[in-house]
Amino acid sequence: MIVGNRKDFSEILEKLGAARRVLLLGCNECVTVCGVGGEREVGVLASELRLYWTKEGETFEVREHTLERQCDYEYIDQIRGFADDYDVILSMACGAGVQYVAEAYKTKLVLPAVNTTFLGVTIEQGMWSERCQGCGACILDMTGGICPIARCAKSLLNGPCGGSSEGKCEIDKETDCAWQLIVDRLKESGQMERYEEILPVKDWRTGRDGGPRRRVREDLKL
Amino acid sequence: MKTNSVIEKVLEQGGFVVTSECGPPRGADPEVVRRKGELLRGVVDGVNVTDNQTSVVRMSSLSACAILKGMGLEPILQMVCRDRNRIALQSDLLGAAALGINNVLCLSGDHQKFGDHPQGKNVYDIDSVQLIQTVARLRDEGKFLGGDEVKGRPMLFVGAAANPFADPFEIRAARLGKKVKAGCEFIQTQCIYNVERFTRWMEMVCERGLHERCGILAGVTPFKTAGMANYMKKNVPGMDVPDDMIARMKGVAKEKQAEEGIKICVETIERLREIPGVRGIHIMAIEWEEKVAEIVKAAGLLPRPEIQ
Repeated sequence: MIVGNRKDFSEILEKLGAARRVLLLGCNECVTVCGVGGEREVGVLASELRLYWTKEGETFEVREHTLERQCDYEYIDQIRGFADDYDVILSMACGAGVQYVAEAYKTKLVLPAVNTTFLGVTIEQGMWSERCQGCGACILDMTGGICPIARCAKSLLNGPCGGSSEGKCEIDKETDCAWQLIVDRLKESGQMERYEEILPVKDWRTGRDGGPRRRVREDLKL
Repeated sequence: MKTNSVIEKVLEQGGFVVTSECGPPRGADPEVVRRKGELLRGVVDGVNVTDNQTSVVRMSSLSACAILKGMGLEPILQMVCRDRNRIALQSDLLGAAALGINNVLCLSGDHQKFGDHPQGKNVYDIDSVQLIQTVARLRDEGKFLGGDEVKGRPMLFVGAAANPFADPFEIRAARLGKKVKAGCEFIQTQCIYNVERFTRWMEMVCERGLHERCGILAGVTPFKTAGMANYMKKNVPGMDVPDDMIARMKGVAKEKQAEEGIKICVETIERLREIPGVRGIHIMAIEWEEKVAEIVKAAGLLPRPEIQ
């Protein structure tokens, strides 16, 4: 899933500026699962805003609304009837959701309340970890099911570098060395001969470096 | 003989190679490079020029190499994959060869987190093993990575680094094997303090026959102070400094510690020379280039062979 962090309250206030009629828009997908932009978090942020502006003696209106998804037009369209009643739409979705709402409501100011961080997994309640960078050409079969592009600080295809120490990465002791994990896994699964193969220079065109990506499936089109 | 490299020639003649390094300045003054280069003249066979080491911005390695080359020294261009993509790397390889530089050392590079611009983006379009392949391809096949023909091949002797002390230990020789398979012709190792562990690594290297396909130069760094020894043990990832060595440094008075550091370094060189498969020494005297001549002399490695 897509993982994010909510922005600090002070940054959100700064972005809102003079706007006092706020449509706070949550998303029921990834940001709900990682506890950053679902219905519950919309409620929390709305309360924070109300509390703050009440204390400041301001007149305001905060409407809470959570969509099934902010990355599909049919759901975004559901706020058409009342979006114009607000100065801004403060989206708590990932960056994709924020942009798609902005595309749908061209005259409205759409602000992000969340910093989108990575594609990852839930390690435990309250902890997530990056797993994929969406390079568009998966090599997990070669690397024991562990992605060096997403999980090595240098994205080395032929690691580990000289900074691997006691299973940890040179950048900090909390970060596992992806290549230690790969070597362990190759060993456990009896594939150590794979380690001897040089992974070739990667063709990054399938990734972000090839320009913004688009995917068309003619078989699914209506 | 593939290139005009002095390193290659000394290795071909069966000699014992001595290299050292010169860290470029954090400014545009060429005199700093000349001064450091002058200290190494006649003392070593090649001078590594670091490439923004520890991710701190410095004069470019290529420029400092050109300055040293102009002085008649034999520079070894260090190249990290952190800051340039395949277009820039290949372009600089051609440029280096055009300037008469004969050697390149292919490295991943320290993560930018350690440097003075931790906010920067890193590149890592290719890694160090692939950079070795790239140099070999440009030189031996006359082909760019993209497949086009190189008009005027860069005749560079290809080196890389190896850290016998990083983890996981059991694949360290295999990783060197990948570098040799990629086309690496000489290796300079991480600084060696734990000679026993290095010896075990060399045994693994020799078992694979890698020492016959690639000249292995053992790396050493003299301690200036006991504090430095302690710092390296605790804070430099992948560095193995045995406790007895730190105790030895601490055991002498502060004003005698530099001398003791040099002594340890010379003794280490003498032990490393005895290890089968070691073809040379790489002395990394960090901001202490003036001591290299003394170390080389004390280790009995002077005079250096005359290479035409």
